[in-house]
Amino acid sequence: MRLDLKHIQRWIDPDSRVLDLGCGDGEFLEFLRDQRQVRGTGLEIDQDNITAAIARGLNIVEQDMDQGLANFPDQSFDTVVMAHALQAVHFPDRVLDEMLRIGRECIVTFPNFGHWRCRLYLGTRGRMPVSKFMPHSWYNTPNIHFCTVKDFEALCQDKGIRILARDVVGNTRRQPLLAGNWPNLFATTAIYHITR
Amino acid sequence: MISPADSQSVGIVTPQVVHFDTPLPLACGRDLPAYDLIYETYGELNDQHSNAILVCHALSGHHHAAGYHSADDKKPGWWDECIGPGKPIDTNRFFVVSLNNIGGCHGSTGPSSLNPDTGKPWGPDFPPLRARDWVISQVRLADYLGINCWAAVIGGSLGGMQAMRWSLEYPERIRHCIVIAAAMKLSAQNLAFNEVARQAILSDPEFAAGRYQESDTIPAQGLALARMVGHITYLSDDAMASKFGRDLRSGTLEQGDESHAEFQVQSYLRYQGSQFSGNFDANTYILMTRALDYFDLAREYDNDPAAAFRQAQCSFLVISFSTDWRFSPQRSREIVDALIAADRPVTYAEIEADEGHDAFLLPLPRYVDVFRAYMQRVGVED
Repeated sequence: MRLDLKHIQRWIDPDSRVLDLGCGDGEFLEFLRDQRQVRGTGLEIDQDNITAAIARGLNIVEQDMDQGLANFPDQSFDTVVMAHALQAVHFPDRVLDEMLRIGRECIVTFPNFGHWRCRLYLGTRGRMPVSKFMPHSWYNTPNIHFCTVKDFEALCQDKGIRILARDVVGNTRRQPLLAGNWPNLFATTAIYHITR
Repeated sequence: MISPADSQSVGIVTPQVVHFDTPLPLACGRDLPAYDLIYETYGELNDQHSNAILVCHALSGHHHAAGYHSADDKKPGWWDECIGPGKPIDTNRFFVVSLNNIGGCHGSTGPSSLNPDTGKPWGPDFPPLRARDWVISQVRLADYLGINCWAAVIGGSLGGMQAMRWSLEYPERIRHCIVIAAAMKLSAQNLAFNEVARQAILSDPEFAAGRYQESDTIPAQGLALARMVGHITYLSDDAMASKFGRDLRSGTLEQGDESHAEFQVQSYLRYQGSQFSGNFDANTYILMTRALDYFDLAREYDNDPAAAFRQAQCSFLVISFSTDWRFSPQRSREIVDALIAADRPVTYAEIEADEGHDAFLLPLPRYVDVFRAYMQRVGVED
C-alpha cells in the first residue's frame, strides 16, 4: 500500500463510515473493509480504476469532485479521505469545506511543494520541478494547485479548520526525523487529520 | 458470429406458460381475474434457490431475452449480449428468469387475449397497468418457481423502473437491484414523445377505437409511426449521423431534377416501423407507454426519493450512457443521489457511448466490464 495510506489508516475507527475521494482502484477501501470492517464509498473518475474497484466488491460512484459534492448529506460519514488529490482539483479550498461538511473528520494528503528538492530544482534550474514522483510538465500536469506544508496550514488557520494531527513522509529512511522537525523542507508527502 | 452452438450462448430455449387463477389486484382498482405469464429460464436453480435473477423487460420487450428458439433462428433473444455462460449475467452461476409482462403481446395475458367475461379480445377494455402491477405479478411467478429472494432484479429503461419498484415494495425479496438507463419518472419531453406515439396509433382509422381484432384490421400505419418516433429517441444524434449521415437511398439533389430524393434514414425508420407493426399489438403499446408515463418512484413517499429508497435493503448498481437523451445520465444521477441521501449502498458508472438509449442492449466493452465486475459480488449463497 502507498506509504501515505499506511500512515492514515490508524486514524480510521473500526466499523466507521468512510468516503474516499479519488479512491483509485479501491485498494485502501478494500483494506479498511477487510481489516477494519469499515463501510466505505469511493468516488473516482478513471474508468479502469472504477472497474477494478467494483471488482473488489466496493461501492464506487463515478463522480467528478470538481462538479461538487452537494449530493452527499451533511455529516453523513465519519471520515472523508482525500489522498493525493487536493493538488489536482479546481478549488481545493471549496473541496475542503465540502469534505468537512460531509465528514465528522477528514484526512488529506498531498505532495509538499516546499520540499528542498523542489526548491533546489526551481532555484538552480529556474524551471518547474519534474521528478519520478511528479513526472508531468507544467502544461500537462493534472496537479494544478501545488502547495507547501506552510501554505496548507495557513489555509486551515484562515478557515478555522482544526488540525488534529500532522504526519509526514520523507523520501529516505533517515529523513523521518528531519521531516518531522522541518516538514516544510523535508516532507515529500504531508498528511493531515482535520476537523471543524 | 453467435449461434446456438456457441459456448457463450444459452443455446435453444423453450418458453413456458404458467396460469394463475387468483385474481390480481391492480393499481387502477380493478382485478385481473386470471392470467397467463410466459417466461423463459436460463441456467440451473441451485438447491438453496438462492441464485435466481429476474430480468425485467422494457417498453417493447418480452420473455425471450437469451438463446434461440430453434436451430435456424436468425436472431437470439434481446439481451443475449449480457446473458449466457461467461457473460455478465453468467448462467454458469445464476438461474435467470425472464418473463413477458401482463399487458404484453408475446404470450402473457394482455389486450389481445380473450376477456373471459365477453369471450372477445380485451382490446381497449384491458385494465390500465402500472409498474407495480407487473411487480406483483412477478412476485407470484417467484412464488410459483420457489424463489423466496432474488439474488438480483435487473432491468434497463422501463425494466429498471420495475427493478427499483421491487426494491421498495419487496425489500426482503431482493439482494441486488441493477438499474440501467432508467429514471425515477419521465420528463415532460418523455411524456410528449409518448403522446405523439399514442396519437399516431389512435388516429389510424384501422385502430377502430382499439377493437381492431374484432373488425379484423390492424392499425399498422399508426403503430409504425409510433415506433418511428420512439426509435428516434432511442438513438443519439451522433449515432444517426454516423450511421446514415445525409446519404441518399434514391433520387438526386441535382438541380434540374424534380424527382424527390430519399435519405437513408427515412427508409431505415420506415423499415423499423413496419417490422415493429407486424410483431406488436397496438393496445399493448398504448398500455405500456401509459405505464411508463404514470411511473413516479417517489409519488407514494411524499415525492421524496430518498424516503422511498429508505424502504430498500438491497445494494444498487446504476448505469447510464453518455448520449442517452431519453433517460439521460442526469436521470441516473438523480437515482444515485437519492440512494446516497438514503444511505443505501450504490455503485454508479456513466458509460461513454455514441449509441444513445439503445446502448444498454449493446456489448460495449466498458459497460460489459462494469456489469461483469459488479455481478461477481452478487452471491449465489443466501
